[in-house]
Amino acid sequence: MNKCIGCFTCMLTCSGVNRQNHSLSKSAIRVKTSGGLQGKFISVVCLACRDERACAEACPSGALEKRPGGGVMLKPEKCIGCRKCESACIVSAVSYDENENKPIICKHCGVCTRFCPHDCLRMEDVTNDL
Amino acid sequence: MIYEGYIKVLYIDMTTGKIKIENRKDLCEYLGGVGVATKLLEETIRPDLDPLDENQPIVFAIGAASSIFPVITKTVAMFRSPLTGELGESYAGGRMALTMFLAGYDAMVIQGKAKKPSYLAITRNNVGFKDARAFWGMSSDEVGRVIRDREPGGGKRSIIRIGPAGENMVHYASVCVDTYRHFGRLGLGAVFGSKNLKAISIVGDRNLPIKNFKEYFKVYQDIYKKVTDTEIMAKYHDAGTPINIEPLNAAGGLPTKNLKQNVFEHGDKISGETFANQNLVRKMACTGCPVGCIHIGQFRREFDKGHEYEAVSVGYDYELIFALGSFLGIKTSDEVLQLIEPVEHLGMDAMSTGVVLGWATEAFAKKLITEEQTLVPLSFGNTANYIKAIEYIAAKKNEFYTALSEGVEKASDIYGGKDFAMAFSKNEMAGYHTGYGMILGSTVGARHSHLCNGGYSVDQSMKEFNKEKLVDAIFAEEKERCMLNSLVICLFARKVYDRTTILAALNSIGNNLTDEDLTAIGERIYKAKLRIKKALGYDQMSVRLPKRLFETPSYNGQLNEDTAYELIAMYNQKIEEFMAK
Repeated sequence: MNKCIGCFTCMLTCSGVNRQNHSLSKSAIRVKTSGGLQGKFISVVCLACRDERACAEACPSGALEKRPGGGVMLKPEKCIGCRKCESACIVSAVSYDENENKPIICKHCGVCTRFCPHDCLRMEDVTNDL
Repeated sequence: MIYEGYIKVLYIDMTTGKIKIENRKDLCEYLGGVGVATKLLEETIRPDLDPLDENQPIVFAIGAASSIFPVITKTVAMFRSPLTGELGESYAGGRMALTMFLAGYDAMVIQGKAKKPSYLAITRNNVGFKDARAFWGMSSDEVGRVIRDREPGGGKRSIIRIGPAGENMVHYASVCVDTYRHFGRLGLGAVFGSKNLKAISIVGDRNLPIKNFKEYFKVYQDIYKKVTDTEIMAKYHDAGTPINIEPLNAAGGLPTKNLKQNVFEHGDKISGETFANQNLVRKMACTGCPVGCIHIGQFRREFDKGHEYEAVSVGYDYELIFALGSFLGIKTSDEVLQLIEPVEHLGMDAMSTGVVLGWATEAFAKKLITEEQTLVPLSFGNTANYIKAIEYIAAKKNEFYTALSEGVEKASDIYGGKDFAMAFSKNEMAGYHTGYGMILGSTVGARHSHLCNGGYSVDQSMKEFNKEKLVDAIFAEEKERCMLNSLVICLFARKVYDRTTILAALNSIGNNLTDEDLTAIGERIYKAKLRIKKALGYDQMSVRLPKRLFETPSYNGQLNEDTAYELIAMYNQKIEEFMAK
């Protein structure tokens, strides 16, 4: 992430591809500065927890299913919009879509890595943990 | 407004604290950006009143495809310039365009004057008029920090603000956008000050579904690929704009020591390569730009005895290194950064500040002014005294520094030394002594900027000097840039955004313009600008050129004064015919 220039292309393309929306607020990855623009850029994105997934554990309606290799998949029809997953994620990687009343869950589709102009983001091969 | 057949204008009255929204269908024929801003300026400007009168407007505008395609990142500001008295037009990047877009406004018109120092907090569903009394006197850096703590929306927010120079209405005070970008030229900061307006915070977070995703994303990917594959990525990201110091110096086009020289003997000490090797600590981008041309350099400063040190970071670019480097005979990259820092924090245009100080240094040496006036002896290369002089300008310390705060034209009116007061129509020169293209382009350019028409670039590419061809090239480029700036594309990407690409982008979001439409839009905007200039009393034929331009050889050799005036007359003829059409 040292090479990150804060162009937000990852966020704009994530919102665009996954949500068909121009808004930055719909992105599953968030790039932000730690301490204003003079601070470093950091990315907040699903870490693809393996074995134990706090967000799924917190979900009362079984809307978050374990994704092979790490992370979860959202079953929107089962989601009741309680926002418990949001607070359960201690790295703050779950944000909330106020218009849809559903959490924004990273699918690990990799579109952000394809549109990172300075190779700060990349996909990695992982083994199936399930 | 994207997907809507109108331009959404937010009118803000600082006097009454009231706002008004207008959805203007009629403005669509100006496309957006500088087109819409020019029209709104024409409607609201007061030629009968002083530029710093509270009834003068400030207009901001973004374009029809702002932020949703790569490198369409800029916002345009228009106003009556306190420096030149005529058309004020300035551009800034940062996050402002994205936040205006996602707050839901294409343009903003700010009029009136707050009773007490204030700042505006703009969101998609509110405009807050807020107390800024305790912020008055703060540096642009400090006020950014406190507003960041007070206002919500981090990450989707832009904070634009002035420093003490803007409050004191220095005629070339700047407005800082998101710490590292600026509305630098022509004194927008002073117009903010005249309205008791310290800052504006804008949060953009609206929900905006994409209409035709497939078509849009296809074009987006094409443009993204084009941008990241071209040489602009390497050129502007690697060492950045300062990479031009070395070749311009080698070719004799780098204005040095108030243009007494066209080559700087210490040029290698302040080259892009030197900055990259010794000072560069970080690179950044405006929102939506994969290039990332913003370069941050660092120097170490002892701020107290007992080994008390701090690391100071400041943004640097070509024009700053010219104005606060070669033009003042500054010999090291560290010292250039030391001069940029106060200019930045006090909130002034770096180019005007450097050029004004260059004139003052020479006037001091020629004894047109004395130390009683300058308070410290000024000499080329004396960084410590220049830092003091910069502070004195911002504070309008005495009568002399008050004159300096009104620009080099005003100062030389009072103290003499017109022949080496390096301005074009009252706007201090940019860092290119390249030839007739630069002189003509800056003089006839609507806002007297080297970027109005890129004359300095014509100088560097034209193989054989030809008067007609030069006039034609500058006229064509001025109109084309009116069109490009109506989209407010960063000019670094002007080669990526050819006409075909622009039309593909606009068509993919349902804006079905044609090539002919783009030409007509450019011409319509240029005509409106020329009308405003006329209303403000501008007369091209009464322009004075400083003799120094013709004494010091340029990139293209020795220049002739008569030829320069002849070119201006030829251009004047051309625009008279254009306006009569």
